[in-house]
Parts: sequence; C-alpha cells; structure tokens
Amino acid sequence: MVGKSIKKWWPVFLLPTAVAFAIGFVWPFIWGIYLSFCKFTTVKNVKFIGFSNYSKVFADPTFSHAFWLTVLFAFLSSVLINILAFAIALALTRGLKGTNVFRTIFFMPNLIGGIVLGYIWQTLLNGLLSKWGQPLLALSAFNGFWGMIILLCWQQIGYMMIIYIAGLNNISGDLIEAAEIDGATPAQILFKIKIPMIMPSITICTFLTLTNGFKMFDQNLSLTGGEPAKQSQLLALNIYDTFYARSGAQWKGIGQAKAVVFFLIVVIIALIQLRATTSREVQQ
Amino acid sequence: MKKKMVSLLAGVTVAATLLAGCGGSTGSAGSTGSAASAGSTGAAAAPAADAGAGHVYYLNFKPEADAAWQDLAKVYTEETGVPVTVVTAASGEYETTLMSEMAKSDAPTMFQVNGPVGLANWKDYCYDLTGSDIVSNLTSDAFELKDGDAIDGVAYVIESYGIITNVSLLEKAGYKLEDIKSFDDLKKIADDIQARKDELGVKGAFASTGMDGSSDWRFKTHLANLPIYYEYKADGIDNTDAIKGTYLDQYKNVFDLYITDSTCDPKELSSKTADDARAEFLDGEAVFYQNGSWEYSSLAEKFSDDQIAMIPIYFGVDDANEGLCTGTENYWCVNAEASEEDIAATLAFMNWCVTSEAGTKAMAENMGFTIPFTTAIESPNAFVKQDAAYTESGKTPVSWNFTTMPSENWKNGVGSALTAYAAGTGDWNGVVTAFVDGWATEAALAE
Repeated sequence: MVGKSIKKWWPVFLLPTAVAFAIGFVWPFIWGIYLSFCKFTTVKNVKFIGFSNYSKVFADPTFSHAFWLTVLFAFLSSVLINILAFAIALALTRGLKGTNVFRTIFFMPNLIGGIVLGYIWQTLLNGLLSKWGQPLLALSAFNGFWGMIILLCWQQIGYMMIIYIAGLNNISGDLIEAAEIDGATPAQILFKIKIPMIMPSITICTFLTLTNGFKMFDQNLSLTGGEPAKQSQLLALNIYDTFYARSGAQWKGIGQAKAVVFFLIVVIIALIQLRATTSREVQQ
Repeated sequence: MKKKMVSLLAGVTVAATLLAGCGGSTGSAGSTGSAASAGSTGAAAAPAADAGAGHVYYLNFKPEADAAWQDLAKVYTEETGVPVTVVTAASGEYETTLMSEMAKSDAPTMFQVNGPVGLANWKDYCYDLTGSDIVSNLTSDAFELKDGDAIDGVAYVIESYGIITNVSLLEKAGYKLEDIKSFDDLKKIADDIQARKDELGVKGAFASTGMDGSSDWRFKTHLANLPIYYEYKADGIDNTDAIKGTYLDQYKNVFDLYITDSTCDPKELSSKTADDARAEFLDGEAVFYQNGSWEYSSLAEKFSDDQIAMIPIYFGVDDANEGLCTGTENYWCVNAEASEEDIAATLAFMNWCVTSEAGTKAMAENMGFTIPFTTAIESPNAFVKQDAAYTESGKTPVSWNFTTMPSENWKNGVGSALTAYAAGTGDWNGVVTAFVDGWATEAALAE
C-alpha cells in the first residue's frame, strides 16, 4: 500500500528538495572547485591559472597552524561533547521527575546562532578572566581555545543529547530486563547492552560533532576573531581571512584553493570515522 | 523492525541535509553565505529600472550617512525621473558586500574604494573618469585616484582626525587649549589630570584605547599613519615596499600615553569597543578622545561647539608645524561594466550631488561632509572648521598615508601586537616586528 503511493507520488516529495540541493549545493560546489584554479575578483570575471593557487596554500604558515589547531579542536570537542551528551541522555532516560523540562532546557542553546553566542560568551568569559586577573580571550591563545571548546560544548551537547535519548529509548526493555535477571551489574548493562545497541546514534553524533568542529566559523569569528595574532584561528576563519583581509585579486583564488583542500580533509576524516563506527553497529 | 529502519533512515537523511546545507558554504569558500544575505537587501531595495533610460545604483560605505543618502536619492529621482537606489553595506562589510553585489546582473553602478591599495582589487571595474564633469569640478588634482593615466576614482569627502578635547573639563583642570602646543605639553597635562582624576571627577585623561575590532582602527590605522607620514616626509617618498620604522619610538610614546593616562586598566583594552570610548567622552569621564570629524554629529548632541575642540596628535617630531590629520579614504568609482546609459546616468548623478544646491546642502549639512569640489558650501562641522583654522594659521595638515598600508592583514598584525603590548602579554618589539617586517612581507605578497 505504502509502496504503491510512494511510487506514484515520489516526485512531489523528492523534486523540490533535489532542485534546491542542486542550486544551493551541487552547482556552487562544482563552480567553487573550478574557481580554485582561477584568479578573480568577482565570480563573473575569472581567469584560469592552473595549480599555482594550491602551491601557495601549502607555503602559507598560517594555514598549517590553523590546520593543526583545528584538528586538535575537532577531536577534543567531539570527545567532550559526546561523553557529556551521552551522560546527560542516560540521566534523562531514567524517568526522573521533570525530564521533559530538562530536555528542553538542555536543547535550547542549540537554537541560538553562533555569532550571537560568540559575543555573549565573550562578555561572560572576559568578565571572569578579568576578575581572576587572567589575560582576556583576545590576548591568550590558550584562553581563546578553551573558550571556544566551552562555547561549542554548551551549544551542541543538547542536540547530541536528543539523538542519544532517541537511541536509548529504542532499546527494547526485554533486553535490559533479561540482563538484570541474569545478574548483570549496571555497568555491564551499560557497556554490554546499551552502548552496542546505540552504535547508530554514536555514529551520527561523532560524525556531526567532528565535522562541526572542523568547520566551525561563526563562534571563532565572534569569540576570539583569531586573536592574538591568528593564534586562535581555525581553518574556516583562516580561509575567510585569506579571502577578505588581503589586497589583490590573487588571494581570492588562494582562499578558494584552501577551501577545496579543507573540504577534502573533512571528507576523508568523516569517511574514516564513519567506517570505524558503523563496523561496530549491531543488528537487533 | 522495518519501522525502526525507516525512522533511522529519516534521522540520517535529516542529519545529512543539515550537513550538506552547512557544508555548501564551506565548499564554495564562504562567499555564498554573504552573497545571499547582501543579495536579499539589494533585491528588496532595487526599484524596477525604466526601460531604455539609465539608472543609478550606489553602494554606500558610510552607515551613518545612510538616511541622508536615501533622502538625497529621492530628491534626485523627483527632480529628474532617474531612479536611484542607495544600498548601504553594514559597517566593516563593504568589501564583502561589494564583491557579491558586483557579481550580479544588477551590479552597483557607483561604488567606492579606500585608496591605492583598495583600488588594486577593483581597478578592472573602474570606469576612466578622465574628462568627466565631476573631475573638472575638483578643487585639486590631488583628489584624483589614478591607475597609470586613467582616473579611476575621485575623492568625495575630506575628513580630519586628531585628539578631540573636552574644553570645559580641561579648563576645570586649570588649563587652556592654547597650553597644549607639543607632545610634551600634552603629556604633562594628561599626567596631571590623571593624577587628580578623582578631584576632577573624571575616570582618566584619555578615553579607553579600545582594541576591540570596532575601535582598534583608531590606533592600528589612524595613529599608525603618523610614523608613516613622518618617514615618507623625511625620505621624500609617498609609498614604499619596505618601511623603516624611523619614528616608531614616537608612536610608542603616544600609545604609552594613551594607555597609561586612561579610564581603564590596559589589560582590559582588548575588549573595549568604540561605543565604550565614545560613551566615556560623552559622559565627561575622559578629557581626550582620539577620533575624527565624523564623530561630530554624535558629540554635537551633547556638547556645544565651544565645549569641544580637536587638537593635532602631537607626535614629538615637528609639533610646531603639525596640523590635524586631514585626507580621505573615500573615492567614488563608476562601474565600467555597467551599460552605457547607466554610466551616463551615474556620472550625471555624481556631478549633481556635488554641484546642485540640494546636493551640496545635503552633503554639507545632513552628512556633515567637506567635499573637495569648487561648488561646495561650508559644513557646520566644528572640527572641519578647526582644520581650516589650523591650516590658515600656517600648520601643515598631516596627510592620510594609511591608504598605502600594504593590506588589511598588516593592520591586523599591528593591532594584535599593540593589544598584546598594552596588556603586557607582549613587548614593544612585537609591535616593531609587525610594523616593519610585516610591511615587507605583506608588500611582497601583494605583488
């Protein structure tokens, strides 16, 4: 029954999204790759110059600094966000009173845009730092880096928590009950049943947090702006900076080439991660 | 089982769509995001152009003059029937907005660049203004922006900056404006005010030297102009690929004065904004405030003309002859890629703005500009009048050489180093390195 109407009506559901996807993603993406081989000021007027943009990307020391900082940032933030989100999800699936209220509150930070959050947290963190007599965010790469970690955790834990809660609720009560009857400890239930059963959620969440960490831009721009002297600059901001903070048409192409390199790195890492976690997924 | 698979699939799809949405802007290097937002403003504001006749689309740089430009555009349309659209880019977003607007079919016919360095990006798009009416109305050919022989831009506003002084507070401290004639005088008086700040009811001599992005240009660009100006003058040049930093000691002296005799702890400067400094000056918490004639309208709401004055940023080099820093970083350009009718309409509009009664009046009074055209009428801006008075009394205005700074990146480097120096996390050598070595690096990269 369902299959039949899907067969008949699929274009209604699929086409608008497919068209939007093609216009908003596929075409700009192809065009973007082409631009990385060009010299241009506006995208209307471009000149093909071959691979020279790419050779300049790797000669730029700020790019490699931003790259390694981003790698560190992405891994650290993914680990923290996933552990904390999972812990909260466990706590909020025990049928405590007010669970729904808590879930809503934890999810809310996700509804605020990155730029706004960056400025709010800048005020908060700078207030604390100046009270403690520590260098402010824009003066210390260390403080700036941890500021971004705190901000991203605060923003994303709620979202990942929802995915974990969905996963945990999906585990059949029979399995847990059976384990309890067999005398399994809570720790055993957690590690032998719950975690293997929610591997699909873990796959999604690590994928999301890792890629979000890699391409974080707004929060970086508004919280630290890359200060001091680009020491807290992540890759996306580095690309933006290449695009707009230099004079001369050649920089646009170099920025574009950086963006393509960046894209490839994120794709490779995401694929490795997907393969690693999906292989651990179990069938119910 | 099957249901579960479907819901899982749906979840993954939603997640993937979200990712694709975000990933899109990454893949195409960020420009799409800003293009879309700027585009919607542009499209909303753009009226349907009359078929055949040209129209004008001006991408305005100065947010504070937006309302005045909208009114002026309306007046022009009523008078001539030529549609004029004025869109104003958000503060600090001009370059990004221009870049995306220029790529559209309905691109700005009139835009601006900030000088020779800004022109490097846009010279392929600049219509050669040689022989046009607006060029012939300029008071001096120094206000032409040239690329080779072609006149790519004309300056449309002359501005001055210096140290804005609260005269009432200065008198309360027992000094007169005439007492400040050199850097040493300024330092002596500022130190004295700082020492007696509680007695005088101020928080400090100078308003906060904010190094937040909204305010740091006052120091990394405007104050940094002075060492460049004196070095160019000493060497008899007007541009260089390698700055020597001959006058960086004086730069340090002035900056030290700003951050020592200040309303706040230098450690907090990195988060102080332009609004903070303005508010401090407006509230009478500070006597001195480095900024420019564009601040006049916001200060005039509180102070009368004899309560505020602008004095030169005495630099300890040639104080007896130093006037205000006067120049421009606003050059009008006409889009060479626009249709012939649009170019003609734009040239006519530009000329009308600076010659007609309505145009000159709006520019002088509503926008508070001093325009470098023979037809200009006097602006009520007190700081502008003071600039004229200084020049008349034989002082030499300091020209704006920051238009030759090699890139935005250089300014950012100097700004970061100054911030670190002020907070004590870096030393002055960091500033010297960013200033001198950074200049050479950036100049080489711009080739």
